[in-house]
Amino acid sequence: MARRAAIVATGQTHHRSIRRDVNGQEIINEAVTRCLEDGELTIDDIDAVVIGNMDHFEGINYVDCWSVDGSGGFMKPTMKLTTGGTTGSTLAIAGYHMVASGAFDKVLVIGWEKNSESDTTGAINTAFDPIWDRPFFAGAIAGLAVTAQSYMDMYGATPKDAARVSVRDRRHACLNPHAHLRKEVTIEEVLASPMLADPVCLLDMCPRTDGACAVVYAAEGIAEKLCPQPAWVLGVASRHMYSYVSDADFSGGALFSMARASQELYRKVGIKEPLKEIDVIELYQPFSWAGLIWIEDMGLAKKGEGPRLVWDGVTDLGGALPINPSGGVISTNCIGATALIRSAEIALQIQGKAGDRQVPDVNLGVATGFGGCLWTDTLAYGKKKPE
Amino acid sequence: MERAAIVGIGQTKAAGRFKEFNYPELVYPAVVAALEDAGITIDDIDNVITTSNDFWDGRTIASMATGDVSGCWDRNISCVEGDGAFGAFYGMCRCLSGHYGTTLVTAYSKGSESISAYITNAAFDPIYVRSLGLDMVSACALQARRYMDRHNISEEQCAVVSSKNHRNALGNPNAHLHLDLSVEDVMGSRMICDPLKLYDCSPVSDGAVAVVIANEDRARKIGGKPAWIKGVSFCMDNYLLGDRDLAEYSALEKAAKKAYAAAGISDPRKEIDVAEVYDAFSYQELMWTEGLGLCEQGGGGKLAESGATGKTGDIPVNPSGGLLASHPVIAAGLIRIAEAVRQIRGEAGDMQVDKDVRTALAHGVNGVAGQSHCVWILGKE
Amino acid sequence: MSNVWESVEPRVYESQIKVPYAWQAGETASRFLLTLKNEKKFLGKKCPKCAKVLMPPRKVCPYCFVETGDWVDVSDEGVIETFTVARRDTGIMPLKPPFVYAVIRLDGADTGLVHLLGEIEPGAVRAGMRVKAVFAEERTGKILDVEHFKPV
Ligand SMILES: [Zn+2]
Repeated sequence: MARRAAIVATGQTHHRSIRRDVNGQEIINEAVTRCLEDGELTIDDIDAVVIGNMDHFEGINYVDCWSVDGSGGFMKPTMKLTTGGTTGSTLAIAGYHMVASGAFDKVLVIGWEKNSESDTTGAINTAFDPIWDRPFFAGAIAGLAVTAQSYMDMYGATPKDAARVSVRDRRHACLNPHAHLRKEVTIEEVLASPMLADPVCLLDMCPRTDGACAVVYAAEGIAEKLCPQPAWVLGVASRHMYSYVSDADFSGGALFSMARASQELYRKVGIKEPLKEIDVIELYQPFSWAGLIWIEDMGLAKKGEGPRLVWDGVTDLGGALPINPSGGVISTNCIGATALIRSAEIALQIQGKAGDRQVPDVNLGVATGFGGCLWTDTLAYGKKKPE
Repeated sequence: MERAAIVGIGQTKAAGRFKEFNYPELVYPAVVAALEDAGITIDDIDNVITTSNDFWDGRTIASMATGDVSGCWDRNISCVEGDGAFGAFYGMCRCLSGHYGTTLVTAYSKGSESISAYITNAAFDPIYVRSLGLDMVSACALQARRYMDRHNISEEQCAVVSSKNHRNALGNPNAHLHLDLSVEDVMGSRMICDPLKLYDCSPVSDGAVAVVIANEDRARKIGGKPAWIKGVSFCMDNYLLGDRDLAEYSALEKAAKKAYAAAGISDPRKEIDVAEVYDAFSYQELMWTEGLGLCEQGGGGKLAESGATGKTGDIPVNPSGGLLASHPVIAAGLIRIAEAVRQIRGEAGDMQVDKDVRTALAHGVNGVAGQSHCVWILGKE
Repeated sequence: MSNVWESVEPRVYESQIKVPYAWQAGETASRFLLTLKNEKKFLGKKCPKCAKVLMPPRKVCPYCFVETGDWVDVSDEGVIETFTVARRDTGIMPLKPPFVYAVIRLDGADTGLVHLLGEIEPGAVRAGMRVKAVFAEERTGKILDVEHFKPV
């Protein structure tokens, strides 16, 4: 019988550009230990482990098997999932389904990456089809820049609009002790930072981070006993639509998978006016422009009107719908963990445990994942157990 | 838990090298066959789980390549990295969580496109072990020696498994190798890593498989001959070879125990009618039959020698020929499930065992030397 | 299946993934490897819960999921638990086949170390034999600072 499920515990490392003091298994262990402490759990309470990262970033095959020292998966059901940038949300969705299905009562979900151990761009490049796409796409930046350029051309948005998003997230990050980059920037500084691929500047872009995140999903009946305020999963949706980059429609920069995954999520959860009903969003926003374009695809603003929403301060902490109070991906990007951190941060917001970055009275939060070949995952969490 | 069933299976033939397909193109015919087998179309598929491995495929986010041919367009999809039996577990969960009525699960491998030793060497710890140059074969040889020393298992007893499975494969149209091998042929084959000889080792194959899992409601509507999932469990042992007693199989025992409990099985030897077991090496079939409780500890060699695990024996193991005859790496566990379904339906042709199959076992493995096991019990009712 | 291949040789697109890696060993493995290099000694780490001495040392006990405690001296001699003779050159091997891989239980350790055997005919190796570490002349803080183990 299908059951409700909720996040009852979260843990993150203090994310850094390079962690020389720990190896991969040890950084995983740090997040797991913090997560178990947060939920006042021991490893014996955990029924199953799901873990994920991107293989070629650390060059380790069968990571579920290798990581068992750190994950605590010894003599437990342990499984690996990986889908690129969406790995973290893929893991979250898996943890949810495994609990909701009745297969396990408590599932430990772990996303991690030690980006410092390899050449991220070189590794990402191997994602694309070796015959058709790989020779032309140099990592993730070029693909994203294409969408920004197209958005500018169609709606007249400017690099200044994007810089405003970067300023917002980098300011938020200063309130998050776990964030990797914690330094305020001005619009002028963003615009003056080195151009990576027109129109995307260095300060528009996410960094590479060493870090890990762990989350425990528990079933209804158990979740309520484990913690005073579980973050209930209200719905999940994913759209991993393309196999070839060249199949995507880049006109206007819109992210079709975001539109489709959001529509499905809203339908499942019963959200009619997302801007009004959602209290906080942790958007997997790998570069500032996504903070303009993708919020339109999410239905928060009409086409071309994303910048106005951002300039009006609606998405700032203190605004009507804060986006990325954690500082988001622009501040912290340990890739396999990145999309899981979105869910962990929403859980903290619902639990009222987000410290200086807390948004008041969060009843409904949305986390997203982005990756692969312009793919999107969406997850909605709520304070109240769904009907 | 609510019930789910496997309602469709599809497979390509396994081969040493499919030059005429790239690997996504290899998946497509398996998907088409599984849908046709279930008597449904892609529109009846509510969500998809692919299984893949970035190392074997030579690209990061390997799942990207097979999305198209697995029906990912505007449909919820996810990817389990590792053996297909584990992917199918997640696929089943998604049928039981109240969101989807059907899951399409795909798995594939084009082993011909890379070099097994390089790929499996990357599974070893980069700091303490990898530079020693171990690969799957040499690590499993360490396990074989340990197990054989512990229980006085002879090389001939291992060869019995290889001969049996290769001869079983003669009846399997999808098998990669069709070799009529005697025990002597196996014993006389070239030594690769003592005590593993060439025919103690599975080949590296190209091949793809797809299954459709449905919840009870949808399975009844789809009709046909559903193979009901009676119990399924998986379990992970320690990582470093030196942290484990390589002669033991605690993770398999634990997974089997849970799967049996769910399926209401108390005497597996009597209650299981046929088993498709992950025999990447001949000795592994002996070890795993012990771990699955089909014989006592150390009794795997005698069990095989007695003929009980033969196609006409009382507990046939790998009537399909197993991995020893076809080993598309990531697909191997899901192929075991597909073969178990065939046996339950009575549609296994020349592979069909000589009894009424009410309960069948399928087994998948992840990692080196059986670190992680997944056990499936399927039934007619 | 189409007969397109009758007149066309299928193209095979050859490539290689070339990603440089720099694996951080972390504090625990670093201390082990540096002691191996500088002092030609094996250091294990003891689990405070199960009391196992882990070889190689880990920060977290793989059996108990607790942080390991004291460093413990482990002998450079031990017993072969299992072995294999690698006979086929895979292209990634540190020695030219045939040579021997073994899992060795060092005296004072509770888990096995995977390594190479040397100075013995492959055919003469048996489980249970006692062996001793032979250190490389030039050591760089890697597991192959132990060149191989040889019979005592
Ligand atoms: Zn311990």
